[in-house]
Amino acid sequence: MDKRRTSGTALLHRGRRGRAGADTSTASIGHRVWRLGSDVDTDALAPGAWMKYPVEVIAQHCLESTRPQFALEVRRGDVIVAGPNFGIGSSREQAAAALVHLGIAAVIAPSFGGLFFRNAFNVGLMLLTCRDADAIADGERIDFDARSGWVRCRIDAAGRELAVHAPALACEQIPDFLLDMVEAGGLLPQLKGRLRTTPS
Amino acid sequence: MGCPVNASDRPQTLAQKLIARASGRPAVVPGEIATCRVDLAMFHDSSGPRRLKPMLADLGAAIWDKDKVVLVIDHYVPEADDESRRIVRIARDWAREQALPHVYDSQGICHVVVPQHGHIRPGMFCVGGDSHSPTGGAFGAYMFGIGATEMLSVLVTGEIWVRVPQTIFMRWSGRLAYGVTAKDMMLSMIGRYGMNGGQYQAVEFCGEAVSALSMNERMTLSNMSAELGAQVGLIAPDDETRSWLWQAGAREIEVEPWHSDEDAPGVRHNFDASTLAPQISLPHSPAHARDVDDIEPTPVQIAYIGACTGAKLDDLRAAARVLAGYRIDKRVRLLVAPASLHDREAAEREGILRRLQEAGAELLPSACGICAGYGGTMPEDSTVITSIARNFRGRMGPASVQIFLASPYTVAASALRGRITDPREVLWDGETESTR
Repeated sequence: MDKRRTSGTALLHRGRRGRAGADTSTASIGHRVWRLGSDVDTDALAPGAWMKYPVEVIAQHCLESTRPQFALEVRRGDVIVAGPNFGIGSSREQAAAALVHLGIAAVIAPSFGGLFFRNAFNVGLMLLTCRDADAIADGERIDFDARSGWVRCRIDAAGRELAVHAPALACEQIPDFLLDMVEAGGLLPQLKGRLRTTPS
Repeated sequence: MGCPVNASDRPQTLAQKLIARASGRPAVVPGEIATCRVDLAMFHDSSGPRRLKPMLADLGAAIWDKDKVVLVIDHYVPEADDESRRIVRIARDWAREQALPHVYDSQGICHVVVPQHGHIRPGMFCVGGDSHSPTGGAFGAYMFGIGATEMLSVLVTGEIWVRVPQTIFMRWSGRLAYGVTAKDMMLSMIGRYGMNGGQYQAVEFCGEAVSALSMNERMTLSNMSAELGAQVGLIAPDDETRSWLWQAGAREIEVEPWHSDEDAPGVRHNFDASTLAPQISLPHSPAHARDVDDIEPTPVQIAYIGACTGAKLDDLRAAARVLAGYRIDKRVRLLVAPASLHDREAAEREGILRRLQEAGAELLPSACGICAGYGGTMPEDSTVITSIARNFRGRMGPASVQIFLASPYTVAASALRGRITDPREVLWDGETESTR
């Protein structure tokens, strides 16, 4: 996997970097895809037995019941492409925060649990609602632009460079204030900025 | 609370009216983003102080209005280990430091305790740090779950954004048969529309079968709107709501303004309550719902009546109706964790707890316990039937545990027979609707 990373396209981020050091750009290229099924729930992302521990610990158990190698092999800048209803279940935002901690640049799926959707943006995780996410395969490398609302395969799973020739898959428009939130690294840094500029 | 002035000529949904009031606007339109003033912010020991305290300190900010904050310590009590003790201690210390006026420590589960203490009234706009927060919709309040970071934002600003939802009307005509409950209604709807069928819009439960439900049963509908993927699960308040809330100590209860106008926009689904059979959801999703008499009589080792969804007073009464005078099957452990101390004491007074214990039930503390999946683990390969809301793989420990969801009637009947059982087979023939 590492070999493919260096022989393929290096992660070239065109967007700004977030305060937390995470890749919080709204447009970037060359992300390696982890393909997951439908109905990935918050218990799978942040298992209950580990909920009493900090997010760094929870992250090590992220998806262990469905993809045991995920937390070990995931790399900063990777993306998850999943089936419908990603993030259904609990309000625990550690489900999203664990993915941020592991360096996931975005989750792309036909639909998301509503609570997870809010939580993701609040902790600085980009979500792209893409009806045709099924067209993206495990191990591919993709580009996306959240502001313009598209995602595209750059290198297919066989290592073939498609560059701009692959069709761009349309994503639902995300309100600007949520995109700004992800770029800021989440709601907390935004609140900090706001409190600093408003005298109490 | 102020009557909403309908500045729009168009008929409005209850959800629209609630958001319009909270955002201080004459009317709102589905799809638009509205910033709302929060009337009540509820959180518990897991999503609350342990996460909020450091972030609040980091911000150097104060709570906007402590009187609008309710803390319930229900997830990590009774403390089972050092980590739980640490989390609960943070909650207690922080509550003291902040001098929070509304704290319920080891009194039961937040979604039941908070309305039982009169904190929720029709017309309010509320947030909760837990996914089952839509329970507040049973009282005609707009209430939904949020994560800890967003709760922090509410604590500091007193505001939150929502996208004004469409409304999905779930209209239930007819009357439920004896032994069939709100839980069965929910499982059937989740089975039909899936766990994201609500698409994070507003669901409104209505029709004569809903009006006929007790407040406890209505709470079960709204509670499991979470499993339907809705943001809120609303029920227009009525006289039943008013008298229940009055008993709970709430005052200034206004029910009249809080209903959807006739011909309000939305999607409409119709159901007949009188033909609904007891439902059961197979592992590992609430959406795997079937009529209970359609599945094999699977042996069960554990029957669990618990959680905000399935251990309120009416749920305990249902279990007792099945079990009174009988002993459960020797191969089954029946665990009962009443949802709140209030319900526990009421069940005690009614003789329900005694009847359940005589039938072989073990009583557990009134807390989230096994349902939260935070530690209370079941043995490998065991089969569990339970009145809780979720049966995700691994929710009760080992991934090999098979969790079936059903009503308290069905859980009790299955404990009695040692296998999954249609409660209508074991409920007394002589018992009729009138004795409920």
